[in-house]
Amino acid sequence: MRMWFVCRFCCPAAQSNSNPEWEAKVLEYFKGQLREKESHSWVPSLNDVPLHYLKPNSLVKFRCLVQDMFDPEFYMGVYETVDPSTKANVLRCGKYKDVTECGVDLNSRNTVTAERQTFYCVPIPGESPWAKEISFLSAARVVPSTSYVPSRQKRSYEEDDDDMDTQPQKQREPHTGGKFGTVNEPHGNGDSKRQETEAPSSQTTAPSDCSSHLDLNFPLPGERGPACLVKVYEGLDSFKLNDTLEIYGILSVNPVLTVLGEEKDPSLLLLNPTESMETPEEQRAHDPPASLVPRLHMLYARPLQHNNPLLPSAPTEDQSAFVSSFLVEMASVRAELLAYLTHVLLGDGLAAEYLLLHLISNVYTRRDVLPLGKFTLNLSGCPLNSYTERLYQIVQQLVPCSYRLSMSLHTMNSMRLVPKKDYVANRLVSGALQLARNTSLFLDETQLEQGQLDSSGVRNITALGNLISWQKVDYDFSYHQMEFPCNINVLVTSEGRSLLPSDCQVPLQPQVTPPNMEEYLTTIHMAQFTSQINKFRVYLSLARTLDYSISDEVTKAVEDDFVDMRKDDPQSVTAEDLHRMLVVARLLSLSLGQTTLSRDGWMRAKHIDMLRRSRTEQQKSLNGNEP
Amino acid sequence: MDRSKISTPTLRCFVETGPDHLCILPSEVDMSSPLMYGTPSSRVEGTPRSGVGGTPARQRPDLGSIRKAPQVDLHSEPPSADGAVASEQALGQKLVIWGTDVNVGTCKEKFQRFLQRFIDPTSNEDENAGLDLNEPLYMQKLEEISVVGEPVLNVNCSHVQSFDADLYRQLISYPQEVIPTFDMAVNELFFERFPDSILEHQIQVRPYNALKTRNMRSLNPEDIDQMITISGMVIRTSQLIPEMQEAFFQCQVCAFSTCVEVDRGRIAEPAVCRNCNTTHSLALIHNRSAFSDKQMIKVQESPDDMPAGQTPHTTIVYAHNDLVDKVQPGDRINITGIYRAVPMRENPRQSNVKSVYKTHIDVIHFRKTDEKRLHGLDEDSDQKLFTEERVQILKELASKPDVYDRLSSALAPSIYEHEDIKKGILLQLFGGTRKDFSQTGRGNFRAEVNILLCGDPGTSKSQLLQYVFNLVPRGQYTSGKGSSAVGLTAYVMKDPETKQLVLQTGALVLSDNGICCIDEFDKMSDSTRSVLHEVMEQQTLSIAKAGIICQLNARTSVLAAANPVESQWNPKKTTIENIQLPHTLLSRFDLIFLMLDPQDEAYDRRLAHHLVALYYQSEEQIEEEFLDMAVLKDYIAYARTYINPRLNEEASQALIEAYVDMRKIGSGRGMVSAYPRQLESLIRLAEAHAKVRFSDKVETIDVEEAKRLHREALKQSATDPRTGFVDISIITTGMSATARKRKEEVAQALKKMIQSKGKTPAMKYQQLFDDLRGQSEAAITKDMFEEALRALADEDYLTVTGKTVRLL
Repeated sequence: MRMWFVCRFCCPAAQSNSNPEWEAKVLEYFKGQLREKESHSWVPSLNDVPLHYLKPNSLVKFRCLVQDMFDPEFYMGVYETVDPSTKANVLRCGKYKDVTECGVDLNSRNTVTAERQTFYCVPIPGESPWAKEISFLSAARVVPSTSYVPSRQKRSYEEDDDDMDTQPQKQREPHTGGKFGTVNEPHGNGDSKRQETEAPSSQTTAPSDCSSHLDLNFPLPGERGPACLVKVYEGLDSFKLNDTLEIYGILSVNPVLTVLGEEKDPSLLLLNPTESMETPEEQRAHDPPASLVPRLHMLYARPLQHNNPLLPSAPTEDQSAFVSSFLVEMASVRAELLAYLTHVLLGDGLAAEYLLLHLISNVYTRRDVLPLGKFTLNLSGCPLNSYTERLYQIVQQLVPCSYRLSMSLHTMNSMRLVPKKDYVANRLVSGALQLARNTSLFLDETQLEQGQLDSSGVRNITALGNLISWQKVDYDFSYHQMEFPCNINVLVTSEGRSLLPSDCQVPLQPQVTPPNMEEYLTTIHMAQFTSQINKFRVYLSLARTLDYSISDEVTKAVEDDFVDMRKDDPQSVTAEDLHRMLVVARLLSLSLGQTTLSRDGWMRAKHIDMLRRSRTEQQKSLNGNEP
Repeated sequence: MDRSKISTPTLRCFVETGPDHLCILPSEVDMSSPLMYGTPSSRVEGTPRSGVGGTPARQRPDLGSIRKAPQVDLHSEPPSADGAVASEQALGQKLVIWGTDVNVGTCKEKFQRFLQRFIDPTSNEDENAGLDLNEPLYMQKLEEISVVGEPVLNVNCSHVQSFDADLYRQLISYPQEVIPTFDMAVNELFFERFPDSILEHQIQVRPYNALKTRNMRSLNPEDIDQMITISGMVIRTSQLIPEMQEAFFQCQVCAFSTCVEVDRGRIAEPAVCRNCNTTHSLALIHNRSAFSDKQMIKVQESPDDMPAGQTPHTTIVYAHNDLVDKVQPGDRINITGIYRAVPMRENPRQSNVKSVYKTHIDVIHFRKTDEKRLHGLDEDSDQKLFTEERVQILKELASKPDVYDRLSSALAPSIYEHEDIKKGILLQLFGGTRKDFSQTGRGNFRAEVNILLCGDPGTSKSQLLQYVFNLVPRGQYTSGKGSSAVGLTAYVMKDPETKQLVLQTGALVLSDNGICCIDEFDKMSDSTRSVLHEVMEQQTLSIAKAGIICQLNARTSVLAAANPVESQWNPKKTTIENIQLPHTLLSRFDLIFLMLDPQDEAYDRRLAHHLVALYYQSEEQIEEEFLDMAVLKDYIAYARTYINPRLNEEASQALIEAYVDMRKIGSGRGMVSAYPRQLESLIRLAEAHAKVRFSDKVETIDVEEAKRLHREALKQSATDPRTGFVDISIITTGMSATARKRKEEVAQALKKMIQSKGKTPAMKYQQLFDDLRGQSEAAITKDMFEEALRALADEDYLTVTGKTVRLL
């Protein structure tokens, strides 16, 4: 809890200025503190706590995706102020702050200019409701509840979140209350009361208005949550666009930021050229009101390997212990999950097997342009009438991040999939394909009807094709395109073969035909206990992170096998097939918790691939005209 | 500075007092009027310092219109610096401009010496074309100024650096002080030499190519107020901004007038009239105030400078006076200017301010990097700078005897085998030597190598294309299915903002000096393909659209991939029959490769091993095995820029022999087996191979390899499936010689048959076919029959109408 005092902590250091390493020390201190067990869960999270309950200039964390990177900016790292009454000069520190103290002496020789960069961060797009809920609750569990539970606060909470929630309200109060209580009282900083009274008023402006006049630039439509301007001071090169990070930093919501932005009178601009260079659009994008888009001065950021709250997030000893304990269970969880998916896929065991493999696939490396490990699944022959929608809901329950793109003609023609640079506002306008790593993208092709794709529709389809084949998205910078590699699991559901490329097509063969599909799926879903579902969730996230290797011996066997297969029928087995079988073998082994490929594993992979192929061939001969 | 006098009635727009409310909005004056910004005729003399020889000096807002407070000091003004010089001579002391270590006198002297003495015999800049390289370069330029009358002297900073490193350092560190000194020096020198020349204003020195900073990303607080050069692309330009340099005030009571200069972006309005002592009687007269032109330009860093996974940075640039409107959005430029940071203005109504500076660059010099595309010739525009060590590494690599094999195996390591194809692509990446025969009327010779890959689906053709596209800096990747002729060439578009017609270039023009990868070449529509004819031989694109008629350079290599018409390659058919492309287009490819599934066990085994290895080898192992992609990139860029091999005597003999041999092969069987196009291909390939070796001479080994590769490609693509011989006419005429012979035979047989039937003016189609089939010993298909009929119809022997055949 001492951490919160950052700003006060750095200013005296700057004044003495004799110790240039103080900055490094500050960082060390915080990193050290956060490394301590569970200490990071004491820090309130912007994801969970509404902005007006957070204290300005306190330490907060934010789980987010870097949506855009703005130009670097120069700021007064150290500056001098003059007290108008005493004429005394005081050196002050400008780091981790947006606004200077009064009476800056602009002509001071002691001014030090420093550089920082601003990232525009949004909550991880498509984060499943269960992931949000669990991370929220786990935070609440750690913070000890105190007696400080203002009744007013409770009510405003309910008002605030009433439309989105499934979670019990009761558990929230102690959590937030606890934070304010423990933080405020020891330092005698008693504005918690004032804050509380102010809360309702700020709340009325914030959530309702933000959508109307300010586009927060979320990649996916219908997203909510705070967007944040993160000021980054160190290690600028280590961050990339679309990184998912957990950022620890100092919250700044100084109202001055807003006033500065709005005060501009157009007539002033002509005279003062330095201010005329920003268009109003740019102003809006880069200096939104701090009450809507808070500023966060980054102290420390942890890249997230996954955003599954059920798994330990940092690659520490804890995690390896966790992994090894779970490995034992893996095979049994797999069997249960397979059974569950088989039910969901109307009794089709093979399709369930493939779906499972798809869910744990991951681009683990790239060889020049070739992404390895991707496994795009095309589930063809899906029953119509909202089956796919239901299927998506079930997938969403299992993975921490997902998005369903209904490929109706209208959506394809009108939706912006590829992010585009808006040079007027000087920002990257997001698109639905700006997703975090390992997001499950569910393309619902059953929604596609006959009709004409216009040019943007064609571009969108091309973008999806590129995404599937090369795992990259070409962002549109209007004068040129820029390629951003991605790692997205694409699942295509379609009636016939998909018009998009895929690594593997499985025609669904329903074994049961329930009279009421909705009811059938709901029953299956309800039959699972939450603990069971949680196990599945952990399983899927964990299987993806395991290492994998092939021994020389098995390599040899695989080679022999391939040669034999080609001998029998060179037309039907190509290099592409080998590629796919190797991926299937890898995923199959990982799904069983095995980190090396065994002969059996290879044979099994070959076997299910055979089954699948015979099925597609069957389909082909049935339909006749399919290529 | 341009002063404008307009005869419109005097306007009073300015009323309020106090510096912070100074609000000047000439709303009633027509801003777009050209009068507003001073045509030369409306210019008035009378700036405070009159130049040497009566030529007026012109203010340089690029050097100091907005000054950061700590730098501003009275002594830094050049006029007072003159005083400093005088006192220095008197006192014998070393006086410097306040805040710097610049001594005006020495600095001036040094620069004059530089101008008078600097010779750069190795210069190859196009600005210096036509100058005598053994004479002092800048003196020739001054002479040019006296003739042309354009009072701007561009100075290459690297010249200054090589002449006097200390002067260069001062120039970079204190441009605001040093450049005016340079101006004085050059004007003194100029008017001494050419006392009678009349210039519009005094000569301004515009340094460029400051080596300090190259990349927008590396700008940091230390560069503030220093001279920098960065490269980037213009993304937005603003309207012209008239910036007030001098305000003209007139007393409303006694008509007394006074001028006030702008100081740090503000004008201190005189509160009291000095003449009649009336307070607040002075009014600003707009059209007697002096304005200078200014334009805000946004520049984005070029894609090549960016680390992967980050978004490009942008910088704001201000252009002043004649640099306004010099660049358009989309231009790639090098900017030399002074980097500025301005604190957010303090507002008295607010106690605290945002602690952020606004940064921008005041331009001194623009240099368009893609400008040369218009006049052709050299391509040092996108010259990459190689460090000494890098060049050393590259040269070491080049000296290895197996460099050719090394490089080709480093190409797309994830794709298995196809060694010859990779070698072909490697040579394509290097390209031949550009030759210019325009004097003899043949125009440019194509130096680019075009390659077509055809073969079964799923033989990683697309992957190879993707790889090449990622490897070369100016690559374009299109798919035949999705591209139109317009998308490949250029289209005319109305700019939404300016309502101007602008030419938007397509993939082929964009990949000028690069490689255009076209996937699914066979799926391309005929009209689209037809534009390729011109590009692939003449290397230009002619456009006649919406009143714009022009010819653009498209010196691009084409790497295309095509699938067979039937889903599988039919080995019984020729290449043309398999891919159904017009032979006119095919003959423009230097190399046509087949990527077929070899279907043999040893190959399968190696392939399997390769693929499996792909999946389990770690990053490091792969890197050990193969050359780094970055090294390969640099290697190619270096060779393309610096190596221009020429044929030596032996090599040309070898080429001649090779060509004669090729022609001989065919002549034995009564067919032509090589055309001059093939000879040209051989020359290009040999040159490219010499480039791979970093050799300035094309030697016999290069010719040997070119021959081998060419033969291999021919063997694959031009083998007549009926005879098993290599037959170039398959590609040049679309039909093998044997097939043609056969066609003729059938036609003759048919003719004979009809003649034997005597005088029957009309015959049934079907019956004729049956008769012919019965008569001939070889099987005759309907296609062959129809072809024979067509041949006879061409001879005007018969006509076919519906189902009847009539003799003529």
